[in-house]
Formats: sequence, C-alpha cells, structure tokens
Amino acid sequence: MLITTVNISYLLGATAFVIGLRQMSTPATARKGNLLATLGMSIAILATLFLPINGADNNYVWIMGAMTVGGIIGYISAIKIEMTAMPQMVSVFNGLGGACAVVLAYTELFQLAEGGIIASEAQLLILLLTLLIGAVAFTGSMLAYGKLQGLVDDRKVTLPRHNLINMAILALLVVLYIYVYVSGSQPGIIWITALLLLSLLYGLSFVAPIGGADMPVVISLLNAFTGLSAAAAGLIYSNNIMMVGGILVGSAGIILTVVMCKAMNRSLTNVLVGGFGENHKSK
Amino acid sequence: MESIFLFLDENLLLIYLLIFTVILGFELISNVPTILHTPLMSGANAISGVVIIGAILLIRNADPTDYLTLSLGALGVVLGMINVVGGFAVTNRMLKMFNKKKK
Repeated sequence: MLITTVNISYLLGATAFVIGLRQMSTPATARKGNLLATLGMSIAILATLFLPINGADNNYVWIMGAMTVGGIIGYISAIKIEMTAMPQMVSVFNGLGGACAVVLAYTELFQLAEGGIIASEAQLLILLLTLLIGAVAFTGSMLAYGKLQGLVDDRKVTLPRHNLINMAILALLVVLYIYVYVSGSQPGIIWITALLLLSLLYGLSFVAPIGGADMPVVISLLNAFTGLSAAAAGLIYSNNIMMVGGILVGSAGIILTVVMCKAMNRSLTNVLVGGFGENHKSK
Repeated sequence: MESIFLFLDENLLLIYLLIFTVILGFELISNVPTILHTPLMSGANAISGVVIIGAILLIRNADPTDYLTLSLGALGVVLGMINVVGGFAVTNRMLKMFNKKKK
C-alpha cells in the first residue's frame, strides 16, 4: 500500500518535472513551470522519506537536521544575491549538486572498499562514473563561479599548451578508471581517493582555459553533467525519479548548451578548445 | 558478448526509459527563446538536485552508530538541499523580474 503510494508520488514528481521544463521554455508560462517543478521536487523528497525500507534505521533526526540547514542556506543565498550575480550563483548551486553526487559515490565506494557490500561489476562501474562526472561538475562549476565573480583571472589559470595538458589528465583518468574497474569489486581506498582527486583536478583544468564571456555556456554543460551524475546515482539506488530527473536535465542541458552556443554564433568545440583570450580578439 | 546480451535482456525496460527520456529532454528545449536561456539553465539545475534523494536513502540505510556514513550522508543532504532550494528560488526570482519587464 505505502510502496504503491510512494511509486505513484514518484510518477507524479517526474511528470511535474517534464511539464515544468516544457512550461519553462515558453515566456508566458515560465514562472508557472518553475513552481510546478518545485512542487514535483517536494513530492519526490517527501515520498523518499516515507519509502518503506526493510530493516532500515531511518535516522530521521539526521535527515531533518541536514535538510533544515541546507534549505536555510540555499534560500537565504538565493534571496540575498544581487540580480547581476545570478549566473555565478547558479554555478555554485550546480557545483554543490555535483558535490552531493561525489559524496554519495565516495561513501558507497568506501563501504565497498571496507568489504561491507559486494557490488556487481555494473554497480562498480556506475559508482565510478558518478564519482567522475560529479567531481568534474563540482570543481568546474566552482572555477566558473570564481571567474564570473572576478576572483580568478582567466590568464593566470591557463597554462601554455593547456589543451594538451587537459588531454593528458583525461587519458590518465581513463587509465586509472579502467585499472580500478578491472581490479575487481572491492577497490582499494587509496585508488578511489586518487581517482577522486584527479577527477577534481580535471574539472578545474577543463574550465581553466575557457574565457569569461563563454562561462554561461560552460555552466550549462556542467549542469548537464550534474544531471547525468544524478541519473547514474539513481541507477545505484534503482530510484526512478532520480534516473528520469537526471537524464532529463542531462539531455536538456546538452541541447541548451548547443542552443546557447548558436545564439552566440559559436560552435561548442570553439568554446571548449579555442578558449584563449588572444584567439577571440584576433577574430 | 553473452553477458552483454544478458544485461540488455534484463534491463530492456530501463533502456527504453533512458532513450525516451533523452529524446524528451531534447524536444522540450529545442525551441527556447534567447531570453529564457539563463532561467531555464537555472531551473534545470534545480531539478538536477534530485541527487539529494540518494543522500536521504544513504542516511536512512545507515547504521545509527556508523557516524562516518551518517556525517557524509548529512553533508550530501545539506549540499543537495542548497542546490534544490537555492536553485528553484533563484529561478523564481529571475522569472519574476522577467514578468515585470514584460508588463
């Protein structure tokens, strides 16, 4: 009975996300769409609190405490922020969502390493993916915030031959991921931590060469990343609304990124690769 | 090869869901006016906060004496909640400004 109610609530929540996004892409209904998506999220979170889990200890005090703290911080920062500083605020929020996925994946991997639960190969792969995408979204968004806020100078964080360095870090990441994946269902905690740190570094390095004016496009792309990491985490918990919400944001975010590039008369590759200040000026 | 076929067979419904959701996401966004780019990005960002559900489940499944998992889970809930509440609130503020301009 209860489980059915929870599942129907998830269905309602997911439907609200879809219709909300639809309404948000038309000026006349945009605000209504946002409220509908908010309602969908509230239903989803509430349903999760009541989701029956066999033998779970629940620890509701911890959940309520954390939700109150996070809710207050989020609300106050959203209300206090200057109108002109909104894009960087979105970037911070997005980064924290990525950080949430990282914390989840790292904790689950830590438990695997301790030998708590034996994961299937598919689960291990998905956890590693969640860790990677979430970490890149986190540090990338934070650097994007720093650049938009004027805390970080574009030129000072860009190394010579930066694209080559990016490729090298990415290659190293892929090798490390394959190593951890192949080494079995109980990965060593040192390797997982190394993976985490390298993924975090890649996020910074990925955003570093991109010029300040292109930042909104990158934030949109990183937003899609956070969505994908949420979807991957949803696979771990076999939670439908996490999967639907995450993938929806992932695909919508990628299309939005492309549309934003077009509006600026640039291609996505152009934004990501040719991001040096001098290149823009010479055009 | 065998194991790949097995995986596809067992998760067929999931694969349908993934593909249709991706197409749905593409379709929802493809015709959006420039002025709505930032609010839409912000709204989508708030929705990506669904990851908080994972953090809630992590805490609910944790042993009450396992303070490490509880603390990490609580950290996850705080981060996710900032994303959700902040994200929707900021989007609402942006769109409110937009409505006023139109009138």
